[in-house]
Amino acid sequence: MDQFKKIWQTFISKPMAVVGALMLLVVLIMALFAPWLAPYDPQEHIDVSISDILAPPDAEHLLGRDDAGKDVLSSLIFGARVSLIVGFVSSFFSMFIGTTVGLAAGYYGGRVSNVLMRFTDFLMVIPDLPLMLVIISVWGRGLWKIILVISILYWTYTARLVRSQVLSIKERQFVLRARALGASNFRIIIRHILPQVLPLIIAQAVLDISSSIIAESTLSFLGLGDPMLVSWGMMLNFAFERAVSRMAWWFLLPPGFAIVWVSLAIILIGNALEEIVNPRLKTHHLFNPRNMVSLLMGKPPLVEPEPTPEVGT
Amino acid sequence: MQRSDYLLRKIGFAIATLLVVVIFNFFLFRILPGDPVKLIIHSPRMTREAQERIRVTFGLDRPIWLDVEALKTGDLPRVFDTQFTAYVRNLLHGDLGISFATRRDVVDLLRERLWRTVVLIILGEVLAIFFGIALGMLAAWRRGSKLDTGILLWGLFTWAMPTFFFGIILILLTRGILPVGGMSTPGLRPDDGWVFWKDVGRHLILPTLTLTLLYMSEYMLIMRSSVVEVLSEDYILTAKAKGLSTFDIFRRHALKNSMLPMVTIIALTLGYTVGGAIQVETVFSWPGIGRLMFEAVQKRDYPVLQGSFLLLAVSVILANLLADLLYTFLDPRVKPD
Repeated sequence: MDQFKKIWQTFISKPMAVVGALMLLVVLIMALFAPWLAPYDPQEHIDVSISDILAPPDAEHLLGRDDAGKDVLSSLIFGARVSLIVGFVSSFFSMFIGTTVGLAAGYYGGRVSNVLMRFTDFLMVIPDLPLMLVIISVWGRGLWKIILVISILYWTYTARLVRSQVLSIKERQFVLRARALGASNFRIIIRHILPQVLPLIIAQAVLDISSSIIAESTLSFLGLGDPMLVSWGMMLNFAFERAVSRMAWWFLLPPGFAIVWVSLAIILIGNALEEIVNPRLKTHHLFNPRNMVSLLMGKPPLVEPEPTPEVGT
Repeated sequence: MQRSDYLLRKIGFAIATLLVVVIFNFFLFRILPGDPVKLIIHSPRMTREAQERIRVTFGLDRPIWLDVEALKTGDLPRVFDTQFTAYVRNLLHGDLGISFATRRDVVDLLRERLWRTVVLIILGEVLAIFFGIALGMLAAWRRGSKLDTGILLWGLFTWAMPTFFFGIILILLTRGILPVGGMSTPGLRPDDGWVFWKDVGRHLILPTLTLTLLYMSEYMLIMRSSVVEVLSEDYILTAKAKGLSTFDIFRRHALKNSMLPMVTIIALTLGYTVGGAIQVETVFSWPGIGRLMFEAVQKRDYPVLQGSFLLLAVSVILANLLADLLYTFLDPRVKPD
């Protein structure tokens, strides 16, 4: 727990991280209190006259009205729920899959690692978006289907990251000692190795939230979103078909910038976390692609990890 | 590592990946719940006989994978007379079926549109790589300056930006100045020669710009960090002491040392770029494979969807193989035989 306290203290000392956290907080509040914050109920029946369609912003409708005459601001506030649910749940699932695969491949090595890593390579080579399009159009549209498709495609980077870390950790003194004392493989992995990798996994999972959110909005924009939910991508889908010719920027821009806003917030937080838990990255900027390349090419990290306090021994 | 070992391994992996994609493509449309005939039949009034005929025409009356009955009776030639072998046979003959929506040959549709997507991707990628390298070196050279910060901020911004939304912003910004949709102005035909191609070029500007501005940031950041790393090496000090100009240092040391990670990243992000092309084509109505896929999704045109996916996946796998082959010639650690 001490470790996490230290991470938290470093985290709030980084201005970029705090900005990101505050930006995310805004979206969280929007999602949690949507029914109270939204001036109108997007599901409610309204009578629309022709002048209400794509009406520009005024005092009653701060962001104007959409192609059905409904309040854009209210849909925007409710849309935060879809993005956050998809982002957090998919990233949690892909973190789980990636960690399991990475731990198994790194710890057992040999044939297990070979099979698992070739499968990971395979998923990395296949272009994501076409694959998601094909699966969702055959399988049908739905929130959970989108979440599952994103999570079974987006775990590969986590798996590689975890594996490369486990490779060096499993040779360290405390693991060898635990094994000599007769600890089972499962116990060694869960009690000794996982805690060492966990902070890095969480940092990666946070970054995955933003790619999941962008993936969901892309699918919804292409017309494969959950037909029962108004998400930001779905709003853009409607707006793009109907509002571009009318230059209805109040309908086009808010959902798009909402997506940019929330992913930017998460990227800022994720980068700060990554810099804290993986000091050897020493990025000073977004990320260090050198390390990314070595990771993706399957070579061990360029620099030996610094010894971290032993946890769980 | 020996070059031939490395090559064999890479080629083996590419072949295995291709096989998995082909098998996946077959099963995706069959293991999911529901009768495939439902995808073809639109009216419940169709008679049972007609439904049965469709089943026979499309080979859906045959077993999917292996004819177990024939295996039991020892009728070997019939064991493999299944939907899967028919699918593989058609694939080898270059037959991807007929579009539900337009009743046209899927292969023809793809052939007609492939070059448009290829032009878009190559143009976008080449410009992205060129500006990525140039701006990345500039940022590393003027490290800590306003320019450097600006370049890093752009990298951060594009990371959070969905490709399709960036296209929409460009449309709003350039409305009335540049054409925002299609490949050429209606009425112009290739026979018009120069006028036609100039028009196509104008239609290419916005889609290319979207791809370039978004996808160059990855290259920019990689170039920047590897140049920063190279500049701190001792041999750069030696080069300076020898009196090499900054330009020469960048050209002979920085650029050369960053080419290897560049090749890797270009190959790795190719799948991602293809996804970007689908979005860009959709937003700008560029009639390539991506737009075709988008339309197929709207119309539930499964043969077209399946064919496009297969084509894109196979192209990306082959391009990756090509990058791996290139790598063996660029990386001095891979020994030639």
